[in-house]
Amino acid sequence: MKYIPNILFLLLFIGAIVFFATNVKKLIRNINLGLDVDRTDQKKVRISNVIRIALGQSKMVTRPIAGFLHIIVYVGFILINLELLEIIIDGVFGTHRVFFPLGGLYNYLIGSFEVLAFLVLVTVIIFWIRRNALNIKRFATLKGWSKKDGNNILYFEIVLMLLFLTMNAADYQLQVLGAEHYAKADGVAGAFPISSWLIHPLLENLSQGTLIILERTVWWLHIVGILTFLNYLYYSKHLHILLAFPNVYFANLNPNGQLDNLEAVTKEVQLMMDPDADPYAAPEENTEEEPAKFGASDVTDLNWVQLLNAYTCTECGRCTSSCPANLTGKQLSPRKIMMDTRDRLEEVGKNIDANNGEFVDDGKQLLGDYITKEELWACTTCNACVEVCPVEISPLSIIMDMRRYLVMEESAAPTELNNMMSNIENNGAPWPYNQMDRLNWVNE
Amino acid sequence: MSEEIKVPVMADCFAQGKQPEILFWVGSAGSFDDRAKKISRAFVKILNKANVDFAVLGTEESCTGDIAKRAGNEFLFQMQAVTNIEVLNAYEVKRIVTCDPHSFNCIKNEYPSLGGKYEVLHHTQFIDELIKGGRLKVEGNTYKGKRITFHDPCYLGRSNSEYDAPRNVLSNTNADIIEMKRNKQTALCCGAGGAQMFKEPEKGDMDINVLRTEDALETKPNIIATGCPYCNTMLTDGVKNKEKEAEIEVLDIAELIANS
Repeated sequence: MKYIPNILFLLLFIGAIVFFATNVKKLIRNINLGLDVDRTDQKKVRISNVIRIALGQSKMVTRPIAGFLHIIVYVGFILINLELLEIIIDGVFGTHRVFFPLGGLYNYLIGSFEVLAFLVLVTVIIFWIRRNALNIKRFATLKGWSKKDGNNILYFEIVLMLLFLTMNAADYQLQVLGAEHYAKADGVAGAFPISSWLIHPLLENLSQGTLIILERTVWWLHIVGILTFLNYLYYSKHLHILLAFPNVYFANLNPNGQLDNLEAVTKEVQLMMDPDADPYAAPEENTEEEPAKFGASDVTDLNWVQLLNAYTCTECGRCTSSCPANLTGKQLSPRKIMMDTRDRLEEVGKNIDANNGEFVDDGKQLLGDYITKEELWACTTCNACVEVCPVEISPLSIIMDMRRYLVMEESAAPTELNNMMSNIENNGAPWPYNQMDRLNWVNE
Repeated sequence: MSEEIKVPVMADCFAQGKQPEILFWVGSAGSFDDRAKKISRAFVKILNKANVDFAVLGTEESCTGDIAKRAGNEFLFQMQAVTNIEVLNAYEVKRIVTCDPHSFNCIKNEYPSLGGKYEVLHHTQFIDELIKGGRLKVEGNTYKGKRITFHDPCYLGRSNSEYDAPRNVLSNTNADIIEMKRNKQTALCCGAGGAQMFKEPEKGDMDINVLRTEDALETKPNIIATGCPYCNTMLTDGVKNKEKEAEIEVLDIAELIANS
């Protein structure tokens, strides 16, 4: 009987990790549905970007208020998780504050965690106010699950921080009372600069028995909360806390203005321009390759980094709030492009799960069912969305791939653009002027 | 028209066995658009004044294909690119300068993997080089004390991280350079990019060029400086929309320097 809590803890812990791992596997499988793209070059630059942009949050602070608040929660989150290690060991072995022998350092650490927890608590409350009461457009425009999800994360953090501080306060009071298992021979384990005044006064009159029940309850709620949070990530915009790092690592390193040249097109153009090529040649035999599809109409036509982008997006909306089309009331929203891509990818993934690992055509695709032509044609390719994204997502690359599909597979460009393109084809300029007149400006 | 300008053509230089120092890529706008033609002429005035040994392709130049690429037509883009690269490589061109950030971005970044490898400069970068190298002297009296605000072209700024060259060059006018609230990395697009220049905008509350013109008007400028023929058109239209064309001029940096 004595070991029941330990066993229960271990089972819970392993169960949570296994469930999380299953979802991570699904996540990786879904991302790998994308086309191949090589992002293994320039390793040093990539690593330094991860340190600067992901770890160092250099792009967050371009908007100073949100950036500063976010850094508090981020640092708090990472450091308080160090304490998680002790909580897990205590849970498995039934120990109490197993790192106490670190002495002064231990008290210093626990004290800092408390201060951080308090700062996180305050910041998260400010975040909630920003999100719900200040009518900031990029938050006010979120609807449905996205709106709920954003708030859920904040509620999670508030509850976890309060549980953490209550746990400390009850633990401290038990140590003061000299309760068995809690009290240390050589003084109090930990320092409690926050919970000692925020929560401790509420507990002073409680009996030792009540305190033990309270301490055990909040301890369990806290660890269960953390394991739930871990497993909530997969269903949430909050995946960015994990994916921001690989996403920044694998980001495009070319100048923002450089669009890739489609290799499949290069081959065909070479063939067209080659005077020796036989225009009536039959396709080579033994080529089992399907003819290449130009551009993207669904998530599986995008590359895997674009799909990683979709899972990494935390829906902050900085892109949309910088988009000239969106600012002038057009339908295009770069954030929606990323959210649509993720939603469709999830749908495709579920389809594969439901059909024994094979995708069965569901009559839907990213183009049309999620992203409309009107959105795609409103883009000015100005790169504002790419520039502002704190985690190096490129909504523009998806927009461009879908335009390519519209034009090259469906010939569905707006009429004016078709006119422009036939001018280029016929006289080498987007306007109907003769190429022979190209030098007339000199004498005008 | 006004002053004579000297514009050597590559084919003639080649026939005489001469290899100019730099090729001026005029671009479709610079060749055919009435407003942009003035920018081409102003830039040539600068080149002539600084005695730069340059040439243009003239009738052998064709659209870079950039607009087709941004519209999604990769085929047309690559056909144009391959044709242009053939001409440029035949003349053994090493250095290219252009007044159009879209051509600049396209030739600089998208031609190399198709076989066209050149050093490509935006005209503000080249003018900056001429001034710093002592080849071009700017007296700087014409615009002394005027208020000038500079609109960053997306394809020079965010797309290729060049924010300094146009500002360095502008400082030679001795005007007061006033930044808009949205500038450099956060500059708002003029609305012409991504082939928007050639189509009507989608339904919305307002036009992008009008919003950007409002940004510029906040700085109470005498002149809005541009570095792109398309931005120039969009902002000129924006200024007309605000009925400010009597007070505010929209001028390319090349024009400002040529007049200074």
